[in-house]
Amino acid sequence: MIDVKNLVKAFGDHVVLNGITEHISPGEKVVVIGPSGSGKSTFLRCLNLLEEPTSGTITFQGQVITDPKINIDKVRQQMGMVFQHFNLFNNMTILRNITLAPVQTKLMSQEEARETAMSLLKRVDLVDKADAYPAQLSGGQKQRIAIVRALAMRPKVMLFDEPTSALDPEMVGEVLDVMKELANQGMTMVVVTHEMGFAREVGSRVLFMDGGGILEQNEPHAFFANPKEERTKDFLSKVL
Amino acid sequence: MNPDSLYESLSAIDKADLTFWQDAFMKFYRAWFAEDRWISYFQGLATTLRVTVVALAIGIVLGVLVAMVRTAHDQQRPGTRNYLLSLVNTICRIYVTIIRGTPMMVQLMIWGFVIFASSRNLTMVGALGLGVNSGAYVAEIIRGGLMSLDPGQMEAGRSLGLNYLTTMRFIVIPQAFKAILPSLGNEFIVLLKDTSLISVIAGKEIVYFARTIGSRTYEYMFPFFITAIMYLALVMVFSYLQSILERRLRQSDRR
Repeated sequence: MIDVKNLVKAFGDHVVLNGITEHISPGEKVVVIGPSGSGKSTFLRCLNLLEEPTSGTITFQGQVITDPKINIDKVRQQMGMVFQHFNLFNNMTILRNITLAPVQTKLMSQEEARETAMSLLKRVDLVDKADAYPAQLSGGQKQRIAIVRALAMRPKVMLFDEPTSALDPEMVGEVLDVMKELANQGMTMVVVTHEMGFAREVGSRVLFMDGGGILEQNEPHAFFANPKEERTKDFLSKVL
Repeated sequence: MNPDSLYESLSAIDKADLTFWQDAFMKFYRAWFAEDRWISYFQGLATTLRVTVVALAIGIVLGVLVAMVRTAHDQQRPGTRNYLLSLVNTICRIYVTIIRGTPMMVQLMIWGFVIFASSRNLTMVGALGLGVNSGAYVAEIIRGGLMSLDPGQMEAGRSLGLNYLTTMRFIVIPQAFKAILPSLGNEFIVLLKDTSLISVIAGKEIVYFARTIGSRTYEYMFPFFITAIMYLALVMVFSYLQSILERRLRQSDRR
C-alpha cells in the first residue's frame, strides 16, 4: 500500500531522516515510537507530503507520489491525517468541519456529506455537537471530531500524529477507543504515539525510531517482551 | 426664532455692543446659513465619502495583492526558490518601504503637482494617492493576519485534499479577517480622516470648502469646528458599525 524507499529529509544542514526504507501493507496497524527528535513525526508527515522529502521515493497504491507531476491533492484525499493539536477549523461548526472537504473536492453532494457526517458523529457519540463550534468542545471531543473529519473523506489509510499527546489524561481513553474501533474495522493505520498500551494492544507492528532511522521493529508482543537493541531497551525502561 | 430674522436684527446693532453669544451667533450664521453655505459642507462631505470609498477599494485590492505575494514568498519551503516570485516580492517591498517612509502629504503633492500635474480632476487624483498609500498599510495588516494564524489550519485543510486556494478561501482568510478587523477598522478611520489632506492639491472635500468659506468671511473658527464635528460624527458611525461586525464574527468564539 505504502512503499518508502531511501527517504531522506533534511532541514538545511540538519538531517532528520537518513534513508528510511519501509513497506506498509493494507490492513496493517503500524505504531511508530521513539524518543522526541527521532524523526517520527517527520516520517509520518512525509507520507502525505506535508513535509517534502529531500530525496527518496514514496509509492502509494502503485503511484509514485514524490513525483513532482503528481496531483498531491488527489493523493491526500485518500490519506486521512489526525494532528496532535486537532486543527479543527475554528470558524466553522462541527458539521461544516466534517462536510467541507467531501463537498469541495466533489466527492459527495452537500446532502450526502451531511448524512455521512451525521452517521459518523453517531459513531463517536457526538451528534448533539453538530452545530457547536470547536471552541465549545473539550480536547477529547475535538480529537474525536478530527478523526471523524478525516474519515468523512473515506480514506484508504489513516495517519495519526501523536493524537493523544495534547489531551488531559482522562480524555485519552475516549480517543483511543475510537482508534481501536477503527482498527477493528480493518483500517490501515500509521500511528505515532507515546501510548505503549495502545501499541501493544492494537498494533500489528511496532517501529522504534532513533536518530532519523528505524532502529528496530517487531510484532508488538515480541517487541516489548525482548527488545534487541540496547537503545530500545533503554527507551522502554524509561517509558514503561 | 428664525435664524435669518435674528441675524437681521443683530446686524442693526453696533458690533461693539454685541454680547459674546450674539457675536458667536453672527459668526456661525455667516459660516453656515449665509448664502446657503451649509450645502457646501455637505457637498464636501459627499466628496469625502466618495474619495474614501475609492481609496479604500484601491487600498484593499493593492493590499491583498501585496500581502499575498509577500506571504507566499515568506512561506515558501526552505530551499525552493521561485525567481519570478522573488522579483515581484522585491517590487512589493520597495513599494511598502517608499509609501511608509514618506509623509502622506508629500505623496499627495507628488501625485497632484508632478505625476498628474495637468489633470483636471484633482479630487480623484487625491483618491488614487490615498488608495496607493493605504494599500501599503493594509498589505502589512493582512500579512500580519495571515502569518499569525496557526499553520496547522492550513495543514489540516491540505491534508484533507483541499487545494491551496480552497483552503485559503474557506479556512485561512475568514479567520485572518476576523483577527485583523480591529486594525483594518483603524486603518479605515485613518484613511477617512486623511482625505482632508487632498485639499492641498485642491481636492474639493470638506476642508477645501471650509477654507473657502473662511476666506470669504474672514472667520475660520466656525468653518473648522463644523468640519471637525462632521469628521467626528462620521468616525463614530463607522466605529459603531465596526463593533457590530466584530460582534457578529465573534460568534464562533462563544463557549
